[in-house]
Amino acid sequence: MRRVAVAGGLAGVCMLVLSGCSDDQNTLAPHSSAARSITTLWWVMFIGSTIVVMVVTLLVVLAVLKRRGRLDRVESRGESPGARNVVLISGALVPAVVLTALFIYVLTTVPATAEPKPKDAKMEIDVTGKQWFWAVRYPAQRIKTANEIHIPVGVPVRIRAHTDDVIHSFWVPELNRKIDMIPGYDNSVLLEADRAGVYRGQCAEFCGLQHANMAFYVVAQPRAAFNRWVAREQRPADTTAAGAKVFTQVGCGGCHTISGLSNGTIGPDLTHVGGRMTLAAGTIPNAKGWLGGWILDPQHIKPGNKMPALPVSGSQLQQLLSYLESLK
Amino acid sequence: MSTAVGREELHRLESIWAEKPGLRTFLTTVDHKKIGTRYLVTSFAFFVAAGLEALSMRTQLAVPDAGAIGPKAYDELFSMHGTTMIFLFVTPMLNGFGNYMVPLQIGARDMAFPRMNALSYWIYLASGIFLYSSFLLGSAPNDGWFNYTPLAEKAFTPGLNIDFYNLGLLFLTVSSTVGATNFLVTIFKLRAPGMSLNRIPLFCWAMAAQSFSLIFALPALSVANIFLELERRFDFHFFDRAHGGDALLWQHLFWIFGHPDVYIIFLPAVGIVSTVVPVFARRSMIAHDWLALATMATAFIGFGVWVHHMFATGLSNVTYAFYSAASMVIVIPSGVQIFGWLATVLKGRPVIRSPFLYILGFIVTFVIGGVTGVMFAAIPFDQQITDSYFVVAHFHYVLFGGAVFPIFAGIHYWFPKITGRMLDERLATWSFWLFFVGFNLTFFPMHILGLLGEPRRVYTYHPGFGWGLWNLLSTIGSFTLAVGILGTVVNVIWSRSAGAAAGDDPWGANTLEWATSSPPPEYNFPSIPVVHSVDPNWDVDDRRDDARRLEHAELTLSGGHETIGTDWLDADIEEIHEGPSESPWPLLLALTLSWFFVAFLAGHWVLAGIGVGLIAVAVGGWHLKEPGE
Repeated sequence: MRRVAVAGGLAGVCMLVLSGCSDDQNTLAPHSSAARSITTLWWVMFIGSTIVVMVVTLLVVLAVLKRRGRLDRVESRGESPGARNVVLISGALVPAVVLTALFIYVLTTVPATAEPKPKDAKMEIDVTGKQWFWAVRYPAQRIKTANEIHIPVGVPVRIRAHTDDVIHSFWVPELNRKIDMIPGYDNSVLLEADRAGVYRGQCAEFCGLQHANMAFYVVAQPRAAFNRWVAREQRPADTTAAGAKVFTQVGCGGCHTISGLSNGTIGPDLTHVGGRMTLAAGTIPNAKGWLGGWILDPQHIKPGNKMPALPVSGSQLQQLLSYLESLK
Repeated sequence: MSTAVGREELHRLESIWAEKPGLRTFLTTVDHKKIGTRYLVTSFAFFVAAGLEALSMRTQLAVPDAGAIGPKAYDELFSMHGTTMIFLFVTPMLNGFGNYMVPLQIGARDMAFPRMNALSYWIYLASGIFLYSSFLLGSAPNDGWFNYTPLAEKAFTPGLNIDFYNLGLLFLTVSSTVGATNFLVTIFKLRAPGMSLNRIPLFCWAMAAQSFSLIFALPALSVANIFLELERRFDFHFFDRAHGGDALLWQHLFWIFGHPDVYIIFLPAVGIVSTVVPVFARRSMIAHDWLALATMATAFIGFGVWVHHMFATGLSNVTYAFYSAASMVIVIPSGVQIFGWLATVLKGRPVIRSPFLYILGFIVTFVIGGVTGVMFAAIPFDQQITDSYFVVAHFHYVLFGGAVFPIFAGIHYWFPKITGRMLDERLATWSFWLFFVGFNLTFFPMHILGLLGEPRRVYTYHPGFGWGLWNLLSTIGSFTLAVGILGTVVNVIWSRSAGAAAGDDPWGANTLEWATSSPPPEYNFPSIPVVHSVDPNWDVDDRRDDARRLEHAELTLSGGHETIGTDWLDADIEEIHEGPSESPWPLLLALTLSWFFVAFLAGHWVLAGIGVGLIAVAVGGWHLKEPGE
């Protein structure tokens, strides 16, 4: 029964991925009230800007169409008091009025995307940026995972953003503004998806060689589905399979945690890696072939990342793959 | 026409100022025109380098998951592209125009401190070579021109990459500081009699504003570079949280320099615009005084907006509101300037020639960059869009549209002044349109990419977010732009020897650089011009008086390397300012500084110590013989 639910949940997630668009990073397709307020702000400024650019372009065109002068003749000298006033009105006065109005409007939009206080949220998730993946921890639920953040739809979730090394920036454009992860700072951002879906996020602050391949997914699920996901993540991993022995022998545990088996923290937690959509922080799909290629030559797929190619025999690899895939 | 007295004066000036051609003169000259030309040629070479870096990046980004360039090379390319464009191209290029044109525009015979002028060029050249030599060692700066800590700390970037960055910029800063001081003194003390404050040409105002900004902004950058180098070399902990430092300190120091630097780049370029507009509108600039004030106001307010680069770092909303307001206020002086230019053109009778095409192109592109700039003052929008490709689009509209377009206007406008020949107008027009279309095709799609969520500084991207098409268009645009630039290069090289003769004043211009021959004689003006208006070269009678004064040997100052020192406000004559002639010390001092920086980079403290001694010797030698002794 439980297994069917798991399979159903995964199928749902995959369909969302395949349906396209839903996992974009489009700032103009907001799926939360915070992101929507930013999109509205953008369209207001876009319309105002278009008017300004069109007026100036029109004046340039008018200038080009004017009757031409000659380089050997000066047409007029000195000031033109009328034109001078036009310059001051259109160059200083009008912008001052428009910008004051814009500034007041901007101030009214700030609270919607401001950093949340603990009381603003019903749930907290710790996300730690690392070169080059995202470590995710649900303190209340006692869950650790990586590169995939599940949240319940319609529930305000406070993301506490930290870093273990350099500055990263946590950004899920369709749900909210970005927030930098800076050593020693307790920054946070609120995620409240107003419909179920998969929202892609990506590191927005240059963080070294694999900044480009430091993506993640936020999976917003209806409450029941979310609860099932939590229950699954809370289950301990199978540590008795043949692959588990290979995992330890080869040395994977030095960098990766599989709860009950190893506790490395240099790479992502793999306790339930089989249930995730992608590998290596959104770099490749989570499928057996890709996973095998990754284990054999991670530096080819994501040059500069911290995972070395460890020596594994063909049979060891098969055992390892079956084991990791089973960790749902 | 010319009298015996006039001919004798010319002959005397000739013998005082003429420099023997040859290697020795090449290494020792202090002539502002030669130094200015060197700045222009050297910085253009760096522009070509930065352009090739950009084309490499655009090639890699043309399609998703491309394998043309790996992440290591890509990071070095984008870091050096930004560092080169900002530090080694735009500012030195504008300083080149400044060096050549400022003394001519104010009716002086050289900069206030000619040997320091030579020094600032040699240091600029040496620091540029220093920075680029990093490629030979395979460790070019690779953490962006902004070089954020802790990524730039030794723990995360262990190679020499960041040491090249820190030391190269510190080295270059010596040059910029020396140059800025020189410009300020020149503009405020060596103006032609009668060129009171309200008659200073707007390009000179812009160079003054830029110099003022440089002097106050550069120390913040230098402090940041020194702190980081101390941290990397001697285990200091300014930015290291684990030992009580703070990573945000770097960002504050960097942007306290970095945002004023936007205006350091932009203001002299705008000065070129204000120079070219009245000439091709065939009328005096409208609201000249307001434009001068706007220039100074921009430089000043520019120091109060840096935190808008840090809206996503988690500072308080009150802080953000202040910097948001300041970032909007700075729009107003730019508004005054834009409408000043437009009013001047609309009240005049324009003549459309290649320099003016670049100005018209500038106005349109700069306004697009300006309105997107206002967007970044809107806090939540900034927090959403910062560090996306929208930012790359925005600042290329401001810096390429706002500075490189005017630089190209300057190249086309002043080419006849510097060479005595005209550029080919047909080729110039074709090049302009390729330049204009290529620029917009390269950078406009980046707005859309940013809105679609593509982050900056990524060496690759996956297919499927709607990014592929816009990236491909951008790459096509970049190569179109490159062809336009190549057209200008060909035009300059060809016209330099084969262009039509220009005459002294082919544009019928209003400023004093056109009141002498093209190219100008070593002493610039036979008799120092006397000024009575804001458009001195349109005062035909005044210029006739200059010629008359030569015949009576008045204001010819033929007793040495002399020019007129005037009062800073009204430009009343105060003194005869005597300058030096050729000197080997600027080059030698630059070489000893190079010795020091190379030794420091190598971590060889004994050699670095010897370098300090050599610097002291060079400074001592410099002071051995004062001019006129």
